Amino acid sequence: MEDIAGKRYAKGKPNLRRFHEAKWDEPIIFELSKEGERGILVPEVEDEIKNEVGDVVSTLPEKMRRKHLPELPEISQPRVLRHYLRLSQETLGTDLNVDVGQGTCTMKYSPKINEQLARLPQMAEIHPLQDEDTVQGILEVMYKFEQILKEISGMDQFSLQPGGGSQAIYANASIIRAYHASRGESAQRNEIVTTIFSHPSNAACAKTAGFKVITLYPDEDGYPDLEALKAATSKRTAGLMITNPEDTGIFNPKIEEFVKVIHEAGGLCAHDQANANGILGITRARETGFDLCHFNLHKTFSSPHGCGGPAVGAIGAIKELARFLPVPVIEFDGKKYHLNYDKPESIGRVRSFCGVAPVVLKAYAWVMSLGAEGLKEVSNIAVLNNNYLLKKILQVRGAGAPFAKGKRRIEQVRYSWEKLTRDTGVHSEEIGLRAADFGVHYWTSHHPWIVPEPCTLEPTESYSKADLDEYVEIIRHVAREAYVNPEVVKTAPHNSTVHKIDHTPLDDPSRWAMTWRAYRKKVNKEQNRKKLQFNIY
Amino acid sequence: MKKKSIVYPYIPNSVPAVKNRMLKEVEAKNVEEFFENIPEELRVKKSLELPKPFLSEYSLRRHVEGILSKNKTCQDYHNFLGAGCWQHYVPAVCDEVNQRGEFLTAYAGEPYDDHGRFQALFEYASMMGELLNMDVVNVPTYDGLQAAATSIRMASRITGRYEVLVSRTISVDELSKIRDYCKPSIEVKLLDYDSETGQLHPGSLKPKISLRTAAVYFKNPSYLGFIEANGDEISKIAHDHGALCIVGADPISLGILTPPADYGADIVCGDLQPLGMHMQFGGGQAGFIATRDEEKYVMEYPSRLFGIAPTSIEGEYGFGDVAYERTSFALRGEGKEFVGTAAALWGITAGVYLSLMGSHGMREIGEGIMQRSHYAMRQISKIDGVRCPVFKTTHFKEFVVNFDETGKTVSEINNMLLKQKIFGGKDLTKEFPELGNSALYSVTEIHTKDDIDTLVSALKEAVE
Repeated sequence: MEDIAGKRYAKGKPNLRRFHEAKWDEPIIFELSKEGERGILVPEVEDEIKNEVGDVVSTLPEKMRRKHLPELPEISQPRVLRHYLRLSQETLGTDLNVDVGQGTCTMKYSPKINEQLARLPQMAEIHPLQDEDTVQGILEVMYKFEQILKEISGMDQFSLQPGGGSQAIYANASIIRAYHASRGESAQRNEIVTTIFSHPSNAACAKTAGFKVITLYPDEDGYPDLEALKAATSKRTAGLMITNPEDTGIFNPKIEEFVKVIHEAGGLCAHDQANANGILGITRARETGFDLCHFNLHKTFSSPHGCGGPAVGAIGAIKELARFLPVPVIEFDGKKYHLNYDKPESIGRVRSFCGVAPVVLKAYAWVMSLGAEGLKEVSNIAVLNNNYLLKKILQVRGAGAPFAKGKRRIEQVRYSWEKLTRDTGVHSEEIGLRAADFGVHYWTSHHPWIVPEPCTLEPTESYSKADLDEYVEIIRHVAREAYVNPEVVKTAPHNSTVHKIDHTPLDDPSRWAMTWRAYRKKVNKEQNRKKLQFNIY
Repeated sequence: MKKKSIVYPYIPNSVPAVKNRMLKEVEAKNVEEFFENIPEELRVKKSLELPKPFLSEYSLRRHVEGILSKNKTCQDYHNFLGAGCWQHYVPAVCDEVNQRGEFLTAYAGEPYDDHGRFQALFEYASMMGELLNMDVVNVPTYDGLQAAATSIRMASRITGRYEVLVSRTISVDELSKIRDYCKPSIEVKLLDYDSETGQLHPGSLKPKISLRTAAVYFKNPSYLGFIEANGDEISKIAHDHGALCIVGADPISLGILTPPADYGADIVCGDLQPLGMHMQFGGGQAGFIATRDEEKYVMEYPSRLFGIAPTSIEGEYGFGDVAYERTSFALRGEGKEFVGTAAALWGITAGVYLSLMGSHGMREIGEGIMQRSHYAMRQISKIDGVRCPVFKTTHFKEFVVNFDETGKTVSEINNMLLKQKIFGGKDLTKEFPELGNSALYSVTEIHTKDDIDTLVSALKEAVE
């Protein structure tokens, strides 16, 4: 027998994967429509009901009766299923790849057991307005999870209502606004300070909440500049909204002083802990002096990302600010769980009902599978993996990691391909598209690009040494290609579902199309225009 | 004896030998070294005080199932609650698709890695566009409340005006969200409704609307279940004053109800939950926003918008972000509001739902819901002392029931219903005190005649 297995290795290392993403070349769903086909039949109405009520549609005001059927596709059930399963195969979920390339997103393993639990009827088939006695189970889960977050952060009270990290940041900005209003200072205190390596939503949400935003840039070591902070604070300061460790993976060692400066100016401090994966059981928002914080349960706490939600951004507050948290608040009287809506100073509603309960359930189950020791192990390994990856990536020709030279990083690193670009003309984005040819994600950076030719990698605790080695080999291979055969990188991807996309229509109002109907209108218009031109001659 | 270290199934490198080898490779004595930047006084000194873990998957399952078993489900009970989260039938294929690991665990990949995610969300928007008769639909936002609040802020930016007129028949929760979200710049004023019919009257709009008005916002069907009949007149008055008309719509009603765009709505918003999402204690909400394809509207969306584009291969569909430069991802504080992780998986699911239902399915389900809710209203109205529906007008799936003349409170009645394994309607006593002792009932396609008759006889018993 031929040694097939042996040929998969060279010098003791596995060869690069000969990956090709699924390509079904699936039509747009409207093109699958065959008149008369049905995907599902709706429950029949009993004759007794029909006879009793008669033609109800005719009771609608004439103007409110839909005149034409919506032009939805008509497709049999197996074809609908096949279509969507094919589209799913053309999507690179975390379940399928060594997902260390989507830095800042904490792409960790989302345990299947937790998904199964969240899909039980005792979770899926409960209505949020049921009598409290009939939803004691989910209230218990949510209440207990709040206690867990209190211990992890040191904060005094939590709300699990916001439906994502950005909505949580908005809620915190709204709480800062309410706090100053309660002291009669809302007109005066209209500035929020943030840093450029904090998530963009800190600036965006503060602005949306009505604040002027002051953004601090890093000093030459990559730390947010304390002197700049001092210069930026005044009696107009409403608060500080800051990510730490920042997107560079560097923990700001002067964070306590930052908080002190803001407090002395009369402002509040909100810690963006969307990604807290490197600091669980290591350091807490409370001891640093923060007044508010938030955690993304779909990042650190393992709930799946769902192509971009459903999600939860849990917000925590110190006792003095608890009265501003969204309503309802879950309370426990020693026997039963209750929802308390009677909080006159609350900012009110951030999201409907009690937030995204199944996401909380998955996060709760995840913590309960690990305990305190396990959570600390999560952070220890996430940080070990990151520093291992850092060492290996820095050995790749053309790679760099600006700032904090020689220092360890926490859970992620913002790398730079500045040297490689200078040497080869290949850009960071192109490296990412070539990496896709080997079945992995790769992400550059939030905007603006402070780090030139950036790349942000976050390995989390979910990947083995072998996984990390594979990722490094892919990056090493692509970097080598950039030096010896840059065309293959510049023309990538070659093994993806689709080839180079022409992005120009997406920024052109006369050609962009966000729906099939808009697309058809614009194509027809173009064809008519061409026909017209042809007719002239 | 030395404590055996735990190897965690979700943490491959928790194997001690591997950990040590990696530490050696990075020249670190221990993991503590990695935290060198964290000042000593900020370190957690002792172990966090958390509950003891359930290390095996089986014991974890037993633990969580044990807690969840304290919930009573809408499978065990007859449910007539709605008020923003409704019990509709979820086709099996919807669950089959949204539990696929590829969709469930994808996130922010490029259109090359995640072509399927882009296509599925483009198709979702396309099918919603047909239902709404509008050309632009966003990648879903958090929920219907956020969709309404953002629609109002979009209208304010489009018109350069800072006042919004909102129908008073929206829920207290929605009003609370809108007020908080509009606080920095937009004044929210309420429009009264006709106490007989619930309708928002063009007459009540006229004295309040002015050249300061950015938009008029109402829901159709209203939160209280009735259908607003004067949408065309309201939007005309709005337009005559240079304001926009924003309508909140229940997508499952649009197989039979006129889409708001046809009576003059400029922005349409609402919640997708009826289209294939389980109730999940309110976890299935997702917000949609739709407009015409005009640059001044498109450029005010904070959400991501996925567009179709050619590729280097003839006849190959590609996708990407439309006008990305308006978002906070691109511009931080200078972008339109903010964008982040919200409810994309429910958008994909709503797309699956609409493709299964097709044109005829949407029409039939709308009609079937109306037949059942009208049957329920008729039967309930026959009970002595019970007024149903409170508003003399046409309803879709929800309606208000008044119990003033029974001498019993809604809460007493609902407690009696609970004993019969029925979740009665939402108590409106605090939310709409002017409606007296009233509750909001919801009837959908999941209710059989038997279910409704069971409710009616339990109600009869309860009020006697």
